[in-house]
Amino acid sequence: MAKIIVVTSGKGGVGKTTSAAAIATGLALRGKKTVVIDFDVGLRNLDLIMGCERRVVYDLVNVIQGEAGLNQALIRDKRVDNLHILPASQTRDKDALTQEGVEKILETLTKDFDYIVCDSPAGIERGAQLAMYYADEAVVVTNPEVSSVRDSDRILGLLASKTRRAENGQEPVKEHLLITRYNPARVDHGDMLNLDDIQEILAIDLLGLIPESEAVLRASNQGIPVTHDNDSDAGQAYTDTVSRLLGEKVPLRFHETQKKGLLSRMFGGGRR
Amino acid sequence: MKLLEFLKGERKKTASVAKERLQIIVAHQRGQRDQPDYMPMLERELLEVIRRYVKVEQDAINISLDRDDDCSVLELNVTLPRS
Repeated sequence: MAKIIVVTSGKGGVGKTTSAAAIATGLALRGKKTVVIDFDVGLRNLDLIMGCERRVVYDLVNVIQGEAGLNQALIRDKRVDNLHILPASQTRDKDALTQEGVEKILETLTKDFDYIVCDSPAGIERGAQLAMYYADEAVVVTNPEVSSVRDSDRILGLLASKTRRAENGQEPVKEHLLITRYNPARVDHGDMLNLDDIQEILAIDLLGLIPESEAVLRASNQGIPVTHDNDSDAGQAYTDTVSRLLGEKVPLRFHETQKKGLLSRMFGGGRR
Repeated sequence: MKLLEFLKGERKKTASVAKERLQIIVAHQRGQRDQPDYMPMLERELLEVIRRYVKVEQDAINISLDRDDDCSVLELNVTLPRS
């Protein structure tokens, strides 16, 4: 039985797809058989972030509509053995995604995989609701910024009421907070919400903190999930995040400003 | 002016303004989380009815639903202007 994890946020542009790709990659690198599914029908992008956009033949909607088998649509990741991608469709028909179709796909995948990571679209419409409906755990991606925090709270409300677990009166979906684009220097200046404030407002466990990092854009430019960039702060932060998802205790990093030493001050820091 | 504020240490950090605003809006959102879907509509219609008789502002009406074990209490507060 696979564990189903939804990566969600409500607000767009906070780093859902980046995080879904990075977490799925991290899980696979840890030997877990993982599939990551793009639920953003009409605006697929996970394939680009995963670097497999030219290998998409069939997609989620093709499988739901019976035009292709699940195995035909699954794309095997080039870099990591245990990782598969199920791309979203580019169709503009929003009703193409059906609850029964999604349930059937997840039921099949759950037999073969350890982890199913669902990359939710922004918003609280059908796609987002379907992405979270079958989840066992949720990673709520939040930026240290008012609209993102507010939307995350809205999403937490939906996770508590509009999921299979909620409707069946089962144990609730396990909610995790993932703070992205965190800038400790701005937090020190009092211009950015700090970690504790966000946690206090949303009142859920902190899974990870990803610093604002140049490595993220470099990764998406190349279509290589940032987890592979071991030298970067963001890459290491996602690796830590995955370890915590697997139940390990890992101390938090990158949440404080680094005191620059004499050498790095003279030679300009090095790679971030 | 900025300098004066700075010297007095008066200028509030924007992050703490953000926090305060969020605490209020999130508390409000959570209050609405458990209420039935018809509540906003009910609130609007009640306000309309009251306005037929008394001139009250949009925010002069406060409606809440409290649930106990075996009954629910619909509480309606309307602040009427002094006439």
